[in-house]
Amino acid sequence: MAPQDSSTSVATPPELAPGFAGIAEDWASDQRTFKNVPWGKAMMWIFLLSDTFIFSSFLVSYMTVRMSTTVDWPNASEVFALSFGGEPIPLILIAIMTFILITSSGTMVLAVNYGYRKDKAKTAFYLLITALFGATFVGMQAFEWTKLIEDGVRPWGNPMGASQFGSSFFMITGFHGFHVSVGVLFLILVARKVWRGDYDVEKKGFFTSRKGRYEIVETMGLYWHFVDLVWVFIFAFFYLW
Amino acid sequence: MAHAEGQQHPLGVYIKVWGWLFVLSTFSYLVDYFQVQGYLRWSLILIFMFLKAGLIIAIFMHIKWERMALSFAILGPPAVLLVLIGIMVIESDYTFLTRGLFFGAGS
Repeated sequence: MAPQDSSTSVATPPELAPGFAGIAEDWASDQRTFKNVPWGKAMMWIFLLSDTFIFSSFLVSYMTVRMSTTVDWPNASEVFALSFGGEPIPLILIAIMTFILITSSGTMVLAVNYGYRKDKAKTAFYLLITALFGATFVGMQAFEWTKLIEDGVRPWGNPMGASQFGSSFFMITGFHGFHVSVGVLFLILVARKVWRGDYDVEKKGFFTSRKGRYEIVETMGLYWHFVDLVWVFIFAFFYLW
Repeated sequence: MAHAEGQQHPLGVYIKVWGWLFVLSTFSYLVDYFQVQGYLRWSLILIFMFLKAGLIIAIFMHIKWERMALSFAILGPPAVLLVLIGIMVIESDYTFLTRGLFFGAGS
């Protein structure tokens, strides 16, 4: 039996113990630990766990420099305000970016759902819509960076207050924006494969040689929701604090 | 149970959660818009943040429906971050203090 078939061909025991007893039983089963989960999805979770620690390092460093500086921290509400001809509206750009990312999370969920129904056209459509929202988000972030750089914000200083503001801002939002950009590419690739019907005929991936299945759409969704999840924390700690 | 690996759920629950995420985001934006300050600001921001994060992880990322062996393996390790946060709070308070002393002395 080829190892790449393990996700479906290993016979699962007829009944899996629920709850806490299930934890002990799964870990002691002398089989794969994560039952009812395809291999790729379990690995995506492990990757996201490691990514959690990377983002946490950034956010904890930000907390540390912000708490230890004796200079006033710039007021995010004013720094990120935007005026549409009239009075500047506080934080409006960030609010719009937040809504765009949440919208894209919703379309991602729809893509996963239609994927399991093997509805090729709708899955590919919602994946592309998600990618479009993601690209819009990155575009607005580029606009925000441009505006701040024009205002004189640099990683080593800025006219508004504590010099650590710039380095924290560029590192945290830059790393998050990079994740969104990679996600957009990932979405387009998966959309192309869905559209071509790779997952209907279980075409093997060019890199892993594993059979393509619609579960890949869900694994892709995990990554995308994680990016949204990180933004929830950035929004709270960096922009609202 | 031959194909229990896919996570298929009715669309209704997703739409509901989607709606809640919009509502909660609006609330957290309004906290800033109306310039709520002090402890009320802290607690509101944190409550909305954790509700949003919880909804995304539980429903959108399907952790609610996964077996506990997986959810504990994923959600357990980040708990040690609380230790890191604790250490760094103490450290930055100390740095703040020494900076105050040094700059305050005017040397």
